[in-house]
Amino acid sequence: MGIVATGEHADSDRRDFLYIATGAVGAVGVALTAWPFISQMNPDASVLALANVDVDLGPIAEGQSVTIKWRGNPVFVRHRTAKEIEEARAVPIDELKDPLARNNNLKESDPATDINRVVGGKEQFLVMMGVCTHLGCVPLGEQGDYGGWYCPCHGSHYDTAGRIRKGPAPENLLVPRYEYISDTKIRIG
Amino acid sequence: MGGHSSYQPKSAFAKWFHERLPIMDLIQGQALDFPTPKNLNYFWTFGGILTMMLGAQLLTGIVLAMHYTPHVTMAFDSIEHIRRDVNYGNIIQKLHANGASMFFLAVYIHIFRGMYYGSYKAPREILWMIGVIILLVMMATAFMGYVLPWGQMSFWGAKVITNLFSAIPFFGDSIVTWLWGGFAVDNPTLNRFYSLHYLLPFVLAGLVGLHIWALHVPGNNNPTGVSVKSGQDTVPFHPYYTMKDAFAIGVFLIVYCLFVFFAPDYMGHPVNYEMADPLKTPAHIVPEWYFLPFYAILRSIDNKLLGVIAMFASILLLLVLPWLDTSRVRSGTYRPVFKQFFWILVLDCLLLGYIGSRVPDNLFWVDTPSHEGGFALTNKLVGQIATLYYFVHFLIILPILGLLETPKPMPASISEAVLAKNKPALPGHKAAVPAE
Repeated sequence: MGIVATGEHADSDRRDFLYIATGAVGAVGVALTAWPFISQMNPDASVLALANVDVDLGPIAEGQSVTIKWRGNPVFVRHRTAKEIEEARAVPIDELKDPLARNNNLKESDPATDINRVVGGKEQFLVMMGVCTHLGCVPLGEQGDYGGWYCPCHGSHYDTAGRIRKGPAPENLLVPRYEYISDTKIRIG
Repeated sequence: MGGHSSYQPKSAFAKWFHERLPIMDLIQGQALDFPTPKNLNYFWTFGGILTMMLGAQLLTGIVLAMHYTPHVTMAFDSIEHIRRDVNYGNIIQKLHANGASMFFLAVYIHIFRGMYYGSYKAPREILWMIGVIILLVMMATAFMGYVLPWGQMSFWGAKVITNLFSAIPFFGDSIVTWLWGGFAVDNPTLNRFYSLHYLLPFVLAGLVGLHIWALHVPGNNNPTGVSVKSGQDTVPFHPYYTMKDAFAIGVFLIVYCLFVFFAPDYMGHPVNYEMADPLKTPAHIVPEWYFLPFYAILRSIDNKLLGVIAMFASILLLLVLPWLDTSRVRSGTYRPVFKQFFWILVLDCLLLGYIGSRVPDNLFWVDTPSHEGGFALTNKLVGQIATLYYFVHFLIILPILGLLETPKPMPASISEAVLAKNKPALPGHKAAVPAE
């Protein structure tokens, strides 16, 4: 079937315009429609509202650890012994699998020295996520080859500063954002 | 599609209906009259068994959904409620939980059958690739279903598996947060897994439809791998294979029921009878048996990203299997060397499964902790060798073998192979020696 030749030129211009306009609106429309359906899976307002938790460090004796639940995850708070701090300090940075501090209170590029693993220079209190950086299990305290933490799932060993030393985990245990709101109280988050 | 059909509408109504929707013609052509090689053995019944299992899981699953509560505080108890209070809930819940295992048992036999008889080769590449996608969707479905009882193993399995995505460079952590709907596996995670666990089986049903469609274009492969040449080589699907499939399904159901009624927890883990605790990881977490080989591959590599890549690659590799195997002979029956490598691969996969269930640092087989210092044959080391072999089989052995191997003489047709098997070779015919 032939197309009527009269005014073919004008017609095809109009068709091109409609074709491109419809296509463009369609693509934008699909993207805009898709966005809420993708975004709804991200943490909702009620999840985000549980943003911080206060911890009193006073009752934690030297050599004792407590586990706090923050945003659904365990946070380890350990009152380290002098020996543990000494051991952690003695490790040269270039011996570490992950040389970065992984401390959300510092710059990303800061090295993983022992002092950089804590906040406010209080080296006795180590506060970090109890979430193995391999696949998210909860490591067990005072275990493993380095006297720190040991993850039972896939055998990652962390030292007394929570730095990865052996096993499949790629990073040091993360130090979350926290601040001292008094001399013995911290606010995580 | 009705090309094989002998359908003739008989009544006036049937004729009227046929002119408007020729579905009876389709059924007759594709499910009843469909010409099927007459030499299919019992390994070919697993397609039917799998279709039945999908139906069984859908039926039991829809019933369970009527009684289950997807909330972190109630999910665990609602499973116990189903098992103790709901009429026959005990049986229905166990049918569903063990059904997953039986589904995977059948699918693995189905896959290895395809590998042995070269069912992935031209012209069945798309059929095979849809099968690989079905396997992936099945795995996702099974994984999310296992999370729903919200036991300790459910929770930590969910956490470990979703954390696999954190290995993705740059976006990893955002993707994991997005998957969880929070900063840990929690109620939003349970809810979306429930929703998707209900959805994916229907996606599977659609994929099975495509799988059968792709199967019915060239028709079935068969134990000789020789293509159908004439009507003599085939029989109609019904009643010959409807009957054979039904018998096999009956036998399979007996095995299924043995587990359901006499060993319902045999394939489960006792620790999943403990409610999920986000602050305590069980001492030894292991996935369900059907994921163990892949779990062993993941654990055998000490680099997180590479471990995850290797694990996914071990499955995605199957997508290109039709092009990795360079031999033009389909059936392993006529490939004396391939046949041996095939069985080594089967053993390798079983070994990987065993390793996946063990503590990595323990000594192989004796399974006691290895002593520090010196060489030790640990589970991990064996797992690394088995992982290496898995990839070597597909990426090196198969491509080279197809070029070097001299296949055995093949029968001229399916019919000839069948006759040679049942009688002494006919005079004047080359003596084809069917294996087994």
